[in-house]
Amino acid sequence: MLYDFLIAPFLEFEFMRRALVATFALSVGAAPIGVFLMLRRMSLIGDAMAHAILPGAAIGFIFAGLNLFAMAGGGLIAGFAIAVGAGLIARATELKEDASLAAFFLISLALGVTIVSLKGTNVDLLHFLFGTVLAVDDPTLLLIVSLSSVSTILLALIWRPLVLECVDPGFLRSVSRAGGPTHIAFLLLVVMNLIGGFQALGTLLAVGIMMLPAVISRFWARDISRMIVIAIGSAAVSGYAGLLLSFHASLPSGPAVILVAGGIYIVSVIVGPVGGLVWRLVPMRHLEA
Amino acid sequence: MSAALQLKNLTLGYDRHPAVHHLSGTVETGALVAVVGPNGAGKSTLFKGIVGVIKPLSGQIDLGGLQAREIAYLPQAAEIDRSFPISVYDMVAMGLWHRTGLFGGIDRKARHEIERAIAAVGLNGFEGRPIATLSGGQTQRMLFARLLLQDARMIVLDEPFNAIDAKTMADLLDVVRRWHQEKRTVIAALHDIQLVKANFPQTLLLARQSVAWGDTAEVLTPENLLTARRMCEAFHDDAAACAAPLTAA
Repeated sequence: MLYDFLIAPFLEFEFMRRALVATFALSVGAAPIGVFLMLRRMSLIGDAMAHAILPGAAIGFIFAGLNLFAMAGGGLIAGFAIAVGAGLIARATELKEDASLAAFFLISLALGVTIVSLKGTNVDLLHFLFGTVLAVDDPTLLLIVSLSSVSTILLALIWRPLVLECVDPGFLRSVSRAGGPTHIAFLLLVVMNLIGGFQALGTLLAVGIMMLPAVISRFWARDISRMIVIAIGSAAVSGYAGLLLSFHASLPSGPAVILVAGGIYIVSVIVGPVGGLVWRLVPMRHLEA
Repeated sequence: MSAALQLKNLTLGYDRHPAVHHLSGTVETGALVAVVGPNGAGKSTLFKGIVGVIKPLSGQIDLGGLQAREIAYLPQAAEIDRSFPISVYDMVAMGLWHRTGLFGGIDRKARHEIERAIAAVGLNGFEGRPIATLSGGQTQRMLFARLLLQDARMIVLDEPFNAIDAKTMADLLDVVRRWHQEKRTVIAALHDIQLVKANFPQTLLLARQSVAWGDTAEVLTPENLLTARRMCEAFHDDAAACAAPLTAA
């Protein structure tokens, strides 16, 4: 009974297995990036970047139809160009980085939707915006897993300067020139993971598997390594439970995954041991020291 | 004695407005120098110039072969994100950057050094604490431990004793004295004249330009201090270009 409910769907249907592997790979790649975005107070940047990749993917779509690599390549180029462009404008003018990114991504979103509408249908647009994790085929799965693997390795390589750039950027500047390249590598990581997530969850929801687990982790851990482990774990759990939910209740799969993550978030806000709301209500004596 | 630092007709500033104006002088290797002056005298600007954070508008800074990155620098208001989930131990360990670089590991010898540095500033038992839980004085102790590990030949401290209690100041001053005994060059911006007179053999009295530079007793006279206060003119939006000839920066 429990077996039928929890495990059988994945044994029976190949598309469920592929979707599960895809969400697990996305969890490993994207959730740690989300933790860093959150700690750098850049939680909404992921959203902006997700919109920014749309015109690139759309241009790929215009030239090659729903071709995986054309769309991923186009998205990667567009996302990275906009991240770096916004960074450069922020450095060269009075505009702050978030403001210049806002300008860029709004232009980008409008452009992307226009391009898709010119050539495609409303179904294509929905595919772009919300993805179809259940339609992940082998090449797509390979792309997602590769992007997550590269992302994990790259994150390990820039870990130390990235942490230092978050906590004490002045000190990093005074001991090393790694700050600038680290920032760019980090933006690349964000874009890469959004491209991976875009294939399965669409541009709008790809950010969900990046940011929600990160925000969840804040309620369960005080140090960054544990936060990352919890973020990956909760992303993977959301993926698994979300797919089951969508299978049994015939819900759209992408939103189901993100909704489960949202549910975990709400529970964490209430009972999370690090600053959860319920602990305020429990009267506890203060400590001696 | 060789010069650790030579300033040659140095002008530093922002948007062409000078904050340090035509400053020349020498700091000998192993010297313990206080930089004293009113707010706005250009102390922080001078330090940023020395460690290479800002480029001179004109004139030169000669570090005698030292790279700017080899100087240990404690800024006045470190841009530390104290909410970041990192422990005191990890934060102090970053002082070993010159040895570990991006990827190098921390071996047993390094661990031993980190523990010694933490003990030297009196933070034993705080190793595992998140930095968010430290008080202002404890944070300053932590930053001194990190400076200790940097093992630099020149150490630049921008108002290191601001807003900390007497005990913390005494402990950190011990660290500064130890650096001096080890023949490291230490330059510190300070406001407490009595503290400078008691502990710093040499002083630069700065008021955008040098009012006096030399032995502390000769520099910190009431007349000089009064002059410094008067000389600290404000910045003018419509200031004319300085008449001194342009020199290569």
